[in-house]
Amino acid sequence: MITSKLKLSGADIFFECLKREKVEIIFGYPGGAVLKLYEKLYDVDFLKHILVRHEQGATHMAEGYAKATGKVGVVLVTSGPGATNTVTGIADAYMDSVPIVIFTGQVPTHLIGNDAFQEADIVGITRPITKHNFLVRDVNELASTIKKAFYIASTGRPGPVLVDLPKDVINSVCEFDYPEKIEMRGYKPTFLGHQNQIKKAADIIKKAKRPLLYVGGGVIMSNGYRELRLFAKENNLPVTMTLQGLGAFPMTDGQSLGMLGMHGTYWANQAVNNCDVLVSLGARFDDRVTGKVDSFAPNAYKIHVDIDPTCIDKNVIVDLPIVGDVKHVLAELAAEFEEAPDLAQWWNEINQWREECPLHYEKNDGKLRTEYIIEKLSEKTKGEAVVITDVGQHQMWVSQYYKFTNPRSHLTSGGLGTMGFSLPASIGAAFGIKDRPIISISGDGGFQMNIQELVTVAFYKLPIKIIIINNSFLGMVRQWQELFHAEKYSFTDLSESNPNFVKVGEAFGIKSFSTNTPANVDSILDEAFAYNDGPVLIEFKVVKEDMVFPIIPAGQTVKEIMTKRLDPKEMV
Amino acid sequence: MKHTIAVLVENQYGAFNRVATMFSGKGFNIHSISIGETEVPEVSRMTIVTEGEDKIIEQVVKQLNRLIDTIKVIDLTGQTRVERELALITVFYQKGTRAEITNICEIFRGNIVDINNKTLTLEITGPPDKIDAVVNVLEPYGIKEMARSGTVALKRGEQLKHDKKETVV
Repeated sequence: MITSKLKLSGADIFFECLKREKVEIIFGYPGGAVLKLYEKLYDVDFLKHILVRHEQGATHMAEGYAKATGKVGVVLVTSGPGATNTVTGIADAYMDSVPIVIFTGQVPTHLIGNDAFQEADIVGITRPITKHNFLVRDVNELASTIKKAFYIASTGRPGPVLVDLPKDVINSVCEFDYPEKIEMRGYKPTFLGHQNQIKKAADIIKKAKRPLLYVGGGVIMSNGYRELRLFAKENNLPVTMTLQGLGAFPMTDGQSLGMLGMHGTYWANQAVNNCDVLVSLGARFDDRVTGKVDSFAPNAYKIHVDIDPTCIDKNVIVDLPIVGDVKHVLAELAAEFEEAPDLAQWWNEINQWREECPLHYEKNDGKLRTEYIIEKLSEKTKGEAVVITDVGQHQMWVSQYYKFTNPRSHLTSGGLGTMGFSLPASIGAAFGIKDRPIISISGDGGFQMNIQELVTVAFYKLPIKIIIINNSFLGMVRQWQELFHAEKYSFTDLSESNPNFVKVGEAFGIKSFSTNTPANVDSILDEAFAYNDGPVLIEFKVVKEDMVFPIIPAGQTVKEIMTKRLDPKEMV
Repeated sequence: MKHTIAVLVENQYGAFNRVATMFSGKGFNIHSISIGETEVPEVSRMTIVTEGEDKIIEQVVKQLNRLIDTIKVIDLTGQTRVERELALITVFYQKGTRAEITNICEIFRGNIVDINNKTLTLEITGPPDKIDAVVNVLEPYGIKEMARSGTVALKRGEQLKHDKKETVV
């Protein structure tokens, strides 16, 4: 390692900083403004650079890597279009609190503002979608800025941080001094929850007759899942999870109620509606969870644990806020309990709801359905794979039918709902996780949004099982058109325009399968999982017009839940 | 309800923009915003006058605090404070009205800072409602142009103990 006080160029400093931040991998694409960095990169041996095919892909890869491993994902791209192409991925990371650091090239400082070739004000553009961003104007500030970027991205409520690097700054020389610690008077995230509030919360939960834990992505990000499992198991508490929270508590456990919200289980939503104490752990009362805000958990005393104070009282006014790291709060909360409360009556009610309206789909008509495929996947991988979904119907079916047993195993674009997330994010996950199967699941629509990253998968021979759920429709939009938009299937039918996915896969050199028969699913999956010479692609041609149930229409309550497609005859 | 919020931020490239972007992105109102240096050169002080229900103001304050460049947020509403605004108002005069306008200016303890053959420019400082009052009175004469600085505000000083000095940060 280079010792301090040596004179180094900006480019050397850049890589020295990455080394000290223990960066093992960066996802990037070269270009004019970052040529100097790529020149140095040629001889750098401590990290791997993954060449993507579009900068959006790079940001999703960094997200996938960060979500799967808990480490910071790093992106390196050039100025102008290279930078603007990262915007969707940055917004995605911002909404789902994913720690990534994006380095963008920039035109030389004296040309900034001149409409120079490949200039874009990326700091201005990304200001509302980053946790923080920096334009480095002086090489003397480079090292401390990079240190700050990693610190901000990975602490408190994590999020994306962008660092804009003008070409002349990278070329300049200065004394290298990497700060060991960083102090920012404006940034001191609250870590420990307030003692008295935690005690009060414990007292209230102890007295509750119908308590419910509502678990979000924060439990996974803070690595608080062990504490959650202990606390819930020892006190026999029911657990429902948000989309981002899936896997925080094993879904194979009887105490898991599955997901809540719009496409959540009937029993989870009934439990929310009837609970007397709701304990929100690292979740943010998103509209897809709450539906009509006034009717969300109407009888419950609400406790909200979150590291980000802005999340508290933003959507739903709570009775007892605790600002702090959910892992620590959970540990302290659990320590307040001596004996498990008697919740037999509450569990009776919940189990009745479970029986009243279980998840179901048609199994006997010989047609291939997504639910069946996901069930099979869950079974074959024992719920232990890393499953990266895209956005839409298949995403919801995965949340319902894949029984996640581990945290950091369900990676999805929740907040922003970015189609095209799955394939590149699965690449990031595959570089981070080597000991578990990596399954990317997309619809036929979303798959085409970052289809170019098949090259990256193929080139690096990543062992990803790429699954395309092809219903020849933008299925979720089609579902809303059927339910809420007078059955006008406006521009959602892709059957005339979809490519031959098997030929697409083969063109990239990827072993590819296709089937439309349930009877073939087992054998294809077995063959795919047995294959260990790189990626496989499987197209499942499923029924065209299925809908995801249950659904609580947007802005409504569990009373309006729809559990099956209405028979036209019944509607009269 | 109107709130006057003082925000101490790092005197740094983009800090003002971050605040403005946050307000527009979250759909919060800004009545006025002013920014300038403080007694500490690397700290700027913004005074923001905003309006909203308590729940909204709570979010405004939290969101301001969340910005990395923010050092301190003080909601001055309900505190004893000094609030001032500066207005430059150019108003038309005619033969008979010049003295009247000058008189109005005196009543509000303002200054005449410019004059030509058709207009007078008045400099008025005071709390925002005083400026509103001046504007009301001058309107009938015809206001040609007006510039208002937005409010700046400080908490009124408390008696300090001899050995204690209040520091900004």
